[in-house]
Amino acid sequence: MIHAIGLTKTFETRKGAVEAVRGVRIEVAEGEIVAFLGPNGAGKTTTMRLLTTLLKPTSGTATIAGHDLFADPTGVRRRIGYVAQGATVSPMGYVGEDLEVQARLYGLRPAEARARVREVLAQLDLTGVEQRVAGSLSGGQRRRVDIAMGLLHRPALLFLDEPTTGLDPQSRANLWGHIRRLRDDEGVTVFFSTHYLDEADALCDRVLIIDHGRIVTEGTPAQLKAGIGPDATLDDVFLTVTGRELREEAVA
Amino acid sequence: MSPSALILARYYLRATFRSKFAILFTAIQPILFLVLFGPLFDRSGVGSWGALVPGLLIQLALMSAGLAGFGIVLDQRFGVLERLRVTPASRTSLLLGRVLKDSVVLLVQAVLVITLGYAFGLRAPAGGVLLGLALIVMLAVGLASFSYAVALTIDQELFPPLMSTALVPLMLLSGALLPMSLAPAWLDVLSRLTPFRYVVEALRSLFTGSYTSAEVGWGVLVSVLFLLVGVLLGTRLFQRENA
Ligand SMILES: Nc1ncnc2c1ncn2[C@@H]1O[C@H](COP(=O)(O)OP(=O)(O)OP(=O)(O)O)[C@@H](O)[C@H]1O
Ligand SMILES: [Mg+2]
Repeated sequence: MIHAIGLTKTFETRKGAVEAVRGVRIEVAEGEIVAFLGPNGAGKTTTMRLLTTLLKPTSGTATIAGHDLFADPTGVRRRIGYVAQGATVSPMGYVGEDLEVQARLYGLRPAEARARVREVLAQLDLTGVEQRVAGSLSGGQRRRVDIAMGLLHRPALLFLDEPTTGLDPQSRANLWGHIRRLRDDEGVTVFFSTHYLDEADALCDRVLIIDHGRIVTEGTPAQLKAGIGPDATLDDVFLTVTGRELREEAVA
Repeated sequence: MSPSALILARYYLRATFRSKFAILFTAIQPILFLVLFGPLFDRSGVGSWGALVPGLLIQLALMSAGLAGFGIVLDQRFGVLERLRVTPASRTSLLLGRVLKDSVVLLVQAVLVITLGYAFGLRAPAGGVLLGLALIVMLAVGLASFSYAVALTIDQELFPPLMSTALVPLMLLSGALLPMSLAPAWLDVLSRLTPFRYVVEALRSLFTGSYTSAEVGWGVLVSVLFLLVGVLLGTRLFQRENA
């Protein structure tokens, strides 16, 4: 589903170049759920924006959902869903109407779009918010509207950038269930980032950890934990591969 | 026209017409000029309503379509633009959806100004007014596209002050308020270097019923060029940074 080789992204800023992503290789098979972990500023969002056609890589190549990122970005866009880390809806917009327009942009006819919006809202426990403006929803409800936006067109590959930030435990568990069902019932491939390691552990088949723009480790949660020692948690793995300097500083 | 552009245009229009006050508010300047300055102008011997109303229409276009870019600043801030850029909708239709909306809004406002003009004493043939409206819409497409291009290029905070400051000299130099025939030579030359002068003069010619004058030819030519450059530039900026 994702074959990316040698992806790099360097931002030119006033204070000089920022190498946000430095030669990343990502392989994700169809139907996999992959967790993308890394400390703040590691390059998770930038990598996702590269893979979703939003940023032009400084170098590297990628085939996403069967389409070349450079040769056929529209083909990629048709098959992927992307839920960004930040806001994606205007606070003044009416939820139902905004979702419907989003669905129509993917080619759904008006009646299909309306039915699909109702279906997705129900799946995310949002029934009844259609007539409300996004600004009047709670943070967690708004986050679920963001997620609904990415699901309308039944993408084969779903990118979720910290989807559960701001959700209560109940909504979070619901979303996990929903993501698992998407994969089990519809074969959707899911690539998501998170700072909650229990979430990664509970949900994913495989973990990718990025730090300073490089993939520092990858494998199934069980493999990674076994590599650290008996009774190791994913937290231990994470701190071992990304927190070395931090610990050394703490000791010194 | 691609379906995406129409879907988006209808969506933006619904949102815009939800607050009718805002539509009136962007048209308030030309309306004030019409009501509080028009009667003076009409008696000054400089020109009649037929000269003033076309000028006010250009002023309206600059204030309405010219400031359209502000809408995208908000879309950018709320992450809406990024979400739309991941959909398969073509980059041109992301631009045209907005621009079509801006053109329809301008058309409604222009009809309002012209109707008011008639109430005050404008006497222009219906054919000329209709052709004038067509020209105004063409100009609006170009202007709004330019406005989005600027909004996507410069700092978010800079856009409103910069754009409204840039539009005032362009409006004055077009001879919208007083005909440029009164201007000293240097001002006349400067005015000829700005695009909107040609459109004002074409509109004035249309409003007097001469549809085949040189002024009309120049006005149409300038508007078409402006439209093409505006749309190409706008589309390129929607594409920028994309893979
Ligand atoms: N548009 C940009 N211009 C300049 N630098 C940028 C830009 N976007 C990101 N960066 C920089 O690139 C690096 C990686 O940022 P990125 O947003 O990908 O991190 P992240 O892993 O998603 O972090 P977080 O967990 O905080 O969301 C950071 O140093 C960031 O400051
Ligand atoms: Mg991030």
